[in-house]
Amino acid sequence: MTGKQKKVLIRILISAAVLLAALFLPLEGLPRLLVYLCGYGVIGWDILWKALRNIVRGQVFDENFLMAAATVGALVLGEYPEAVAVMLFYQIGELFQSYAVSKSRRSISSLMDIRPDSANLLREGQLVQVSPEEVAVGERIVVKPGERIPLDGTVVEGSSSIDTSALTGESLPREAEPGSSIISGCVNLTGLLTVETTREYGESTVARILNLVENSSSKKARAENFITRFARWYTPAVVIAAVLLALIPPLVTGQPFGEWVHRALIFLVISCPCALVISVPLSFFGGIGGASRCGVLVKGANYLEALACTEIVVFDKTGTLTKGSFTVTGIHPSGMEAPELLELTACAESCSTHPISQSIRKAWGRKMDPRRLGQVEELAGYGVRAVVDGRTILAGSEKLMRREGLDCTSPEAGTVVHTAVDGVYAGYLLIEDEPKEDAAGAVARLKESGVRQTVMLTGDNEAAGQRAAGLLGLDRAYAGLLPADKVERTEALLKEKSPGGKLVFVGDGVNDAPVLARADVGVAMGGLGSDAAIEAADVVIMTDEPSKLPVVIRIARKTMRIVRQNIVFALTVKLAVLLLGAMGLAGMWAAVFADVGVSVLAILNAIRALSVDEKAP
Amino acid sequence: MRKTFVLEDLDCANCAAKIENEIARLEGVTSCSVSFMTQKMVLEAPDDQFDALTAKAKKIIRKLEPDVTMRV
Repeated sequence: MTGKQKKVLIRILISAAVLLAALFLPLEGLPRLLVYLCGYGVIGWDILWKALRNIVRGQVFDENFLMAAATVGALVLGEYPEAVAVMLFYQIGELFQSYAVSKSRRSISSLMDIRPDSANLLREGQLVQVSPEEVAVGERIVVKPGERIPLDGTVVEGSSSIDTSALTGESLPREAEPGSSIISGCVNLTGLLTVETTREYGESTVARILNLVENSSSKKARAENFITRFARWYTPAVVIAAVLLALIPPLVTGQPFGEWVHRALIFLVISCPCALVISVPLSFFGGIGGASRCGVLVKGANYLEALACTEIVVFDKTGTLTKGSFTVTGIHPSGMEAPELLELTACAESCSTHPISQSIRKAWGRKMDPRRLGQVEELAGYGVRAVVDGRTILAGSEKLMRREGLDCTSPEAGTVVHTAVDGVYAGYLLIEDEPKEDAAGAVARLKESGVRQTVMLTGDNEAAGQRAAGLLGLDRAYAGLLPADKVERTEALLKEKSPGGKLVFVGDGVNDAPVLARADVGVAMGGLGSDAAIEAADVVIMTDEPSKLPVVIRIARKTMRIVRQNIVFALTVKLAVLLLGAMGLAGMWAAVFADVGVSVLAILNAIRALSVDEKAP
Repeated sequence: MRKTFVLEDLDCANCAAKIENEIARLEGVTSCSVSFMTQKMVLEAPDDQFDALTAKAKKIIRKLEPDVTMRV
């Protein structure tokens, strides 16, 4: 609790004691009034002061004025205990509100507390502590165990494990050794690391993420805007109703004013829209905070709102559903043993840096003796011709084989590398991009959660695309697409959804920025690596796991549920008390509950949005 | 130009909404967004009017919520 909150608490306790004493002391007349006024003054002086001050400034319908008018009115009518109690409960509610809000503010900012304080710069053999902004690219910094890595860089000395959980939500530490690149914002756990920086602080991961988080609150959800618009006419409307209630019935029926003025005061107590206005942004804030705790950054409440209505999910294939790295999944020799085919092909491809060649070398798993390799000729677009151990090896596509007059058949799916030895066809290697472990599970869980369609877009050939889609359980796949075709496809899909539904596109941010922008919600994966993805996307999944998508959709739905509950609950209670109050059935106690009690309950409900059960289906 | 200001001691959500409305209505302001939860205001306006509008925004905040201090 802050100092300010403690002071209010003390005033509440004193005033409550005075109120209790006044209720039980057998006082009459002026002394009784004085005791109540004393209790009222302790708890209400600041409200009265603010109300006066704001009226002078031309602010009439503010909550201070409304509370002041209601309680002073009660005092005038001789309802002393009521006046003190109403003020007391109002202050208790305010105190609770400010406590709850500052607590959730703190818990979320500690969640995103990845700002490094300083960097240990290695300058002329000396360690100097400087602020991270002062370190230039290419300088060397030392990160001690337990410290937060201040800048992006490459490890040059030392090895350690690194806790990336603040950025990725991944609890398993990552290993770092000389040559591995490390990301700012993570915590160095075990060893001393010397790091050569690769980015300035302003460009580093930690600065970009903090920037994104800070700006996320400026994009408001429709529900938030609805509430602020609603609040603008709600208060004046209720106040006008109160005035009419105080004047018209007595004038028409000739009843005494006192009773009707009392009922009108009840209106004033309920007329603040606080419960709604506070609980809706609090829920969204909690939802965004909960998502970032699982390693998903949502750039605004409006995107959380849209995610809750997800109807179609469109995935990019490579790098999103699949690992984006190729693996040899099949060796199909013809006229020789499998290991020999693999070895010859790997040797022939040993000079190439193409990902496919790399995957073949990885499958072979041995170091090539360069003396075995003779002349090598790259045949662009076809493959390679190389002399290995004195034998001429041809390795490449079906086109290459046909060009050389060799007969071969390719299987239906996947990328194929054919090999011929000394002019005789020797078989082929099947190379595929592996699906991520959690990709199929992610698609299944999206389906369970009511997503109507899952679609995959890929630049791969039709057969490979359909096979992957079938394997992962996607509804549809469009293959052979150029980046521009992906935008067109997405636009066609946008037309298929129902009016309230949303289309979510998930990509890895590599050349799909236009699609990310075109979709209702663009989700980028593995955002830690790619600047473009963080810029273009509305939601960034910091880990490489597609399974985070159903998680964040669940968070979005839960948040929206809480928001709706709060709106309906607060409006119903307030309306009911307004009606009962007008009929003389509800007193000021009920009104205070409708104002403060509802706020408190709505806030407690909103705080639920912060907690996320990642494992629940 | 787009700039973020901290609104210290912004304790009331309704006031945040009122501040946002009033400032957004100022002539010249491209957009204004006040976040009650992060106690921040993002103000966007043309460069040549920015300082004048910042001063006006400050005045509005002082009028609506005298307890709030606006700083960069």
